[in-house]
Formats: sequence, structure tokens, C-alpha cells
Amino acid sequence: MNVGRVVGRAVSTQKDDKLVGTTLLLVEDLDAATGAGTGEVAIVADTIGAGAGDVVLVTHGSAARFTEATKDRPVDALVVGIVDAIRVSGADTFSRQRGFASGRTRRAARVKST
Amino acid sequence: MVLAEVTGLVVATPKAGELEGVRFAVLQPLGADLRARGGPVVAVDTVGAAEGQRVFTAAAGSARLASGMRGRPVDLAVVGIVDEIALAKRSVA
Repeated sequence: MNVGRVVGRAVSTQKDDKLVGTTLLLVEDLDAATGAGTGEVAIVADTIGAGAGDVVLVTHGSAARFTEATKDRPVDALVVGIVDAIRVSGADTFSRQRGFASGRTRRAARVKST
Repeated sequence: MVLAEVTGLVVATPKAGELEGVRFAVLQPLGADLRARGGPVVAVDTVGAAEGQRVFTAAAGSARLASGMRGRPVDLAVVGIVDEIALAKRSVA
């Protein structure tokens, strides 16, 4: 499993019948310790209601089909959790309210400038 | 199976119902020199590993053969805590 950030949503009208009703999110892979983006982006199915900006836990491969909502569907990446907190080396590196510790200074600067 | 060090944990309250009661650990995979190799990953922990411990993992379908993980949407599980590693010519923690 990996930690990612929801950066968008993919809309697809013409798709496999078994994907009708499945939300498809664009999720950027993150370094769980620092919150830095790795540059990898994937289309990830979501059945728990994650939204833009959420940090999520993504499961890959056949594991993505082991939920009631995705059983027997052509899905190989699935949001299985919306992350509340991450602790690494004894420090709170991420919280849903405050974001990643390493990005707080940068984000504060951006908010100030807008 | 991959050797890794437990570096932290992930808390996710809103999650797939199939993951109720599951503990998530942040792992840093280790290379042949026992140093960090690649970025951190998240695994379910079924053996009670603590931060700083070296562990090994089972991936993909094997992860769901870990205790209590059958039928759950997990792709990586901590399945053992390493007590000792013996490398040729030298012994390391």
C-alpha cells in the first residue's frame, strides 16, 4: 500500500459496464515520511468518498478487488482509507487538519501570497 | 519477501469496512547494506512490530495469507520481526 494525494478526478462515459458508478480519482504518489510527491500519478477507484486534497491509503493489484464494492470488477488500485495522521520516527509528520509538517512553511507562504 | 524497518504508523478512520481493526505501519525497505532503499511503503501489521524494528513482509496475494487478512483488500503485510541477520563475514543487528 502507499500514501497518495487526490489531485483530481477522471470522468469516463464510455467504459467497462462493471465500472459504472465507480468514482475514478487521480492520485499522486507521496513519500509517506515527508509528503513529497514522487511524480507518479495513477487512476484509482474510490468507494469511500475521498475528495480533492485528501491524503489517502491506496491498495494495489488484486487486493483492490477484495471489497464488496469492487469484487469481480476490473480495478487494480483502490482507495481503502482517508488518512487522519502519520507518525514517523516518533514525530507527527501529517495530520488531516494541518497537512504534512514538512510542507507547512511552504503552504503558509502560498496562502499569504494569494 | 522484503526486509524493512518500521519507521512509523498511519491512522485512517474513514476506510473500507473490510479494514476495520487493522493496524498500518510505515516501512522503509532496506537494501543489501541494510540501508534505506527506495521510498517508504505502508503495510498492515499482524505481528505487533514496533518502531525501529526490522521486519520482513509478504506482498500481493501472499499478504492476504497473513493471520486475519484473508478476504481483506491488503497488498503488503508484516509477517515477521527480524531478531538477527547474519551476513557473510560479519554479523549485524
